[in-house]
Amino acid sequence: MLSKRIIPCLDVKDGRTVKGVNFVDLRDAGDPVELAAQYAQQGADELVFLDITATHERRKTMIEMVKSVARQLNIPFTIGGGITEIADAEALLNAGADKISINSAAVRNPKLIEELAKAFGVQFVVLAVDTKHVDGKNMVHLNGGRLITELETENWIKQAEDLGAGEILLTSMDHDGTKAGFDCGLLGKINQMINIPIIASGGAGNMDHFTEVFQKANVDAALAASVFHYGEILIPDLKQELKRNQIPVRI
Amino acid sequence: MKDGTEKPLQGSGGIGIINYGAGNIFSLTAALDRLKVTYGMVNTENDLGKYSHIIIPGVGHAGAAMEKLKATGLVEAIKKLTKPVLGICVGMQLITEHSEEGNAALLDIVPVKTKKFDKDLNIKIPHMGWNAVSPKNNSLFEGVEDNTQFYFVHSYFIEYNPTFDIASADYGLKFSAAIQKDNFYGVQFHPEKSGKAGELILKNFSNLSL
Repeated sequence: MLSKRIIPCLDVKDGRTVKGVNFVDLRDAGDPVELAAQYAQQGADELVFLDITATHERRKTMIEMVKSVARQLNIPFTIGGGITEIADAEALLNAGADKISINSAAVRNPKLIEELAKAFGVQFVVLAVDTKHVDGKNMVHLNGGRLITELETENWIKQAEDLGAGEILLTSMDHDGTKAGFDCGLLGKINQMINIPIIASGGAGNMDHFTEVFQKANVDAALAASVFHYGEILIPDLKQELKRNQIPVRI
Repeated sequence: MKDGTEKPLQGSGGIGIINYGAGNIFSLTAALDRLKVTYGMVNTENDLGKYSHIIIPGVGHAGAAMEKLKATGLVEAIKKLTKPVLGICVGMQLITEHSEEGNAALLDIVPVKTKKFDKDLNIKIPHMGWNAVSPKNNSLFEGVEDNTQFYFVHSYFIEYNPTFDIASADYGLKFSAAIQKDNFYGVQFHPEKSGKAGELILKNFSNLSL
């Protein structure tokens, strides 16, 4: 049976991870390679790196980081942030990234999804969607939830699937940072609509939240950042807990 | 690693990777580097003779990959190989007879077919993530326990055929996660992305002697 995936998400700036991490045996908590290897060893099924670098030197540092990660890591990983054209994606693929995640560039130019899928296969294209509840509707937002678009989340995701997105990374801005649990209602609804894998994001605070999102929304994967980085949830414990709840996981 | 020298593993004259432009091989070569297995690229028929083992990598579209392989002029020479050959993912599909992807005739080394997953089986496509594999008693899977999980990413699968199957998995239906005919092996999952279990497969392959 296909396992439900647990995915730590790392924010990267100028080739270094930025969120504080308190793993005891890390020599350098800012080193994405060491951190990635640590997560792989703990049993993470996959990793996501989000690049938040804003300088024009970003592409070069990013590629170097991706190469170092790929040299060390024996599990799949996704790179997101600042990918606006085929050449960006191709450079990341050649550096060893398994998937790329696109967000605002796809909103601005939906054809990018189609072009990427055609060039590299649907499995390479993850569409990240930040959604927020506004006046009774789910609306797509950009810039980490600060900028509203005219797109309704359900319609956008359906359109993206038709264009060739291979996976959806759905972050609920209403739940993100609350540690009160994933948005199981919306995730379940979207999951029913599409035939590609969906990764739940936003709101993880404890292990029960993971059980809940897999049981209620039947998502394919769950992503979180701070609960893993600060050691509030240890992946081996989480996997055991999920297993106890009859959720298929890789131990 | 204790045996941290650059010399090839015993019984191995290195791995030749068929370089035909179907997908990225950085992760594969990185995994071989970690395992201290020597490798090089195969661009010509002459290169095939330089290595004791051959890997056919591949991601993407099987029909398109077959066209690229044909363009290298290596097809007939590959079919005649008697040393161990391992196809990975689309590289595995290439050694089968036919793929529904692009309705393509393939190398036809192993007489099985590559088919499309049917979403009416109530499954998501692509089949993406870690899935349990049941290996048979086969040198490629030596030391791999039943139900060990490997990382898969594919929309097309190789039909289960008990004669050639050496490891099966389930996704809506039972399919071949690995096949073998004589010296030709194929794995649908990505050993280079499948943690320690995947590294064991690559190591076993590099140690295969026929």
